[in-house]
Amino acid sequence: MESISSDVKQRLARISAHLNPSPNLQVEENWVLSGENCRAKGGSPGFKVAILGASGGIGQPLAMLMKMNPLVSVLHLYDVANTPGVTADISHMDTSAVVRGFLGPQQLEDALVGMDLVIIPAGVPRKPGMTRDDLFNINAGIVKTLCEGITKFCPNAIVNLISNPVNSTVPIAAEVFKRAGTFDPKRLLGVTMLDVVRANTFVAEVLGRDPREVDVPVVGGHAGVTILPLLSQVKPPCSFTPKEIDQLTDRIQNGGTEVVEAKAGAGSATLSMAYAAVKFADACLRGLRGDSGIVECSFVASQVTELPFFASKVRLGRTGAEEIFSLGPLNEYERAGLEKAKKELATSIEKGVSFVRK
Amino acid sequence: MRTSIVRSVQSAVARSSSSSSSTYVCARAYSSDSVPERKVAVLGAAGGIGQPLALLMKLNPLVSKLSLYDIAGTPGVAADVSHINTRSEVSGYAGEEHLGKALEGADVVIIPAGVPRKPGMTRDDLFNINAGIVKSLCTAIAKYCPHALVNMISNPVNSTVPIAAEVFKKAGTYDEKRLFGVTTLDVVRAKTFYAGKANVNVAEVNVPVIGGHAGITILPLFSQATPKANLSDEDIKALTKRTQDGGTEVVEAKAGKGSATLSMAYAGAIFADACLKGLNGVPDVVECSYVQSNVTELPFFASKVRLGKNGVEEVLGLGPLSDYEKETLESLKPELLSSIEKGIKFASQS
Repeated sequence: MESISSDVKQRLARISAHLNPSPNLQVEENWVLSGENCRAKGGSPGFKVAILGASGGIGQPLAMLMKMNPLVSVLHLYDVANTPGVTADISHMDTSAVVRGFLGPQQLEDALVGMDLVIIPAGVPRKPGMTRDDLFNINAGIVKTLCEGITKFCPNAIVNLISNPVNSTVPIAAEVFKRAGTFDPKRLLGVTMLDVVRANTFVAEVLGRDPREVDVPVVGGHAGVTILPLLSQVKPPCSFTPKEIDQLTDRIQNGGTEVVEAKAGAGSATLSMAYAAVKFADACLRGLRGDSGIVECSFVASQVTELPFFASKVRLGRTGAEEIFSLGPLNEYERAGLEKAKKELATSIEKGVSFVRK
Repeated sequence: MRTSIVRSVQSAVARSSSSSSSTYVCARAYSSDSVPERKVAVLGAAGGIGQPLALLMKLNPLVSKLSLYDIAGTPGVAADVSHINTRSEVSGYAGEEHLGKALEGADVVIIPAGVPRKPGMTRDDLFNINAGIVKSLCTAIAKYCPHALVNMISNPVNSTVPIAAEVFKKAGTYDEKRLFGVTTLDVVRAKTFYAGKANVNVAEVNVPVIGGHAGITILPLFSQATPKANLSDEDIKALTKRTQDGGTEVVEAKAGKGSATLSMAYAGAIFADACLKGLNGVPDVVECSYVQSNVTELPFFASKVRLGKNGVEEVLGLGPLSDYEKETLESLKPELLSSIEKGIKFASQS
């Protein structure tokens, strides 16, 4: 017979979930039972997630990991090619999320209707020698089209934008949403989690620690010098030599390029990007579920600096990024990095905004 | 044990974020101090299965060293996966001259290497190419990590496992308890299809799958499926056929672009995880696998096996079979036997 202990573990997990309901259920007195806030009791708990670009290098492993996530009840896979194959493949996995595939723009509507969370990895990746900005022309158009679909078919969904250059595509998305009158700054999140993942890994390596024990905040943007790891705020608290700070900052900022070069033309980070995207999407879902204390770095509409968009720690809740944290104390090195980052970031944001406005 | 790989992925995902309010019971189950060092090698890590498999193994907290080998492309995959903030150290190896280094000290070797099917092909059509690949990889395993648990994914598994056995026997390193043909994807499919038909939660389903890993040699034992459901004979036949043709279903849907990669990686990771747990002394780890077996008169056969510190601790019997299953069992034996003999013949010829 199948192992007894795994059955017991499953039962314990279920009982424990009943015994520890979301604390917010009791606290929110004027919790409105409108369509989007109502989770059917006895219905399958879980959220509806769409992946736009599901057949791509990031999209496929991302789809596999989301199919494994118990918070997902429905998983929609959309792309302009190959989705039937990816869908058939993933649909065989023995987890409870219902998977549906959608192929081509005429099916975008069905892919998006009713979605709680939309993850967008769609677009082309870098080749050696390219910057994320070089992708702008192709990816800007893709993101604009997909976002127009979102405004029509799931305007209240949380959007996790991965398509590069994120520093520009998030402003593009915002402009599209504003034009349609559906923009909610709490629900548009540029995914910078991979920078955090890299920072944790590289810092842990230097410290000789397990990467799971290290937490490095990364602020700013998601390209080269706009990526600002705040090494002075690392948990557990530790100090670095100036040389280590330089090397670590450099490595974290160029982590993406490191992989592009290693892949020698075969693409950019796909597996680590899928992992980071799922880590962030999972945090969004736990926030949607009403869990408290969910804090992750993300590139969002922000007043933390004078720039209209900026990545910093945000608290994720039922309505998306409900609280944006300020940067905290920066040392001199970080303040200098911040100024440099802001210059380039301002240009990228402008470029995104102009693209939609012209 | 299956749910725990989903949780281990979940806790890898939820861990090290600055919030701590995950309600998963097992969030704190993995302390880095008490878990033994384990090296896992993936041979064929740059391929369609190998890449997502490498990702899942990187997320597995039981792995301390992850070695990614292929004839090309591995530096890129290794650089990619190495950025993930989990415990294991990743190394990439490209080219046969590095195979030894990739394998040294491995506790578990997973082999997805080889070419996939195109529409219209059977797994057997892959034999000529994949048999040669498997033979050279196993020659290296015999040399560099003869005690590793070998998880064979390369098709046709019904033949490549016997090939591996012959290679190991020639080298004098064969241990029948350490060679596994991975049939987990058939179990995953059987569970998924049964849950859909019986309208039950797939997380609660258990279905053993016996026999082999190709078409009619795949025999899901729905008479032993839990939770019980009142399925008609027609339903059982349809479910059996769908499980048997599950791979073909994906090959056709991919229309020339390949065969199952993501679900195969998922299943491969589940089985490798079970092997690691067994090695670490976790009790009652039971999975279906294609192994050397006395359960029928065939030399190799898939059934439930209990995994432990030596690999297969016990090959479990088939349990009670329905009449339909007894019939199907008899009809699959000739094809399975012929695949086994094809593998043995290939290995002894060269």
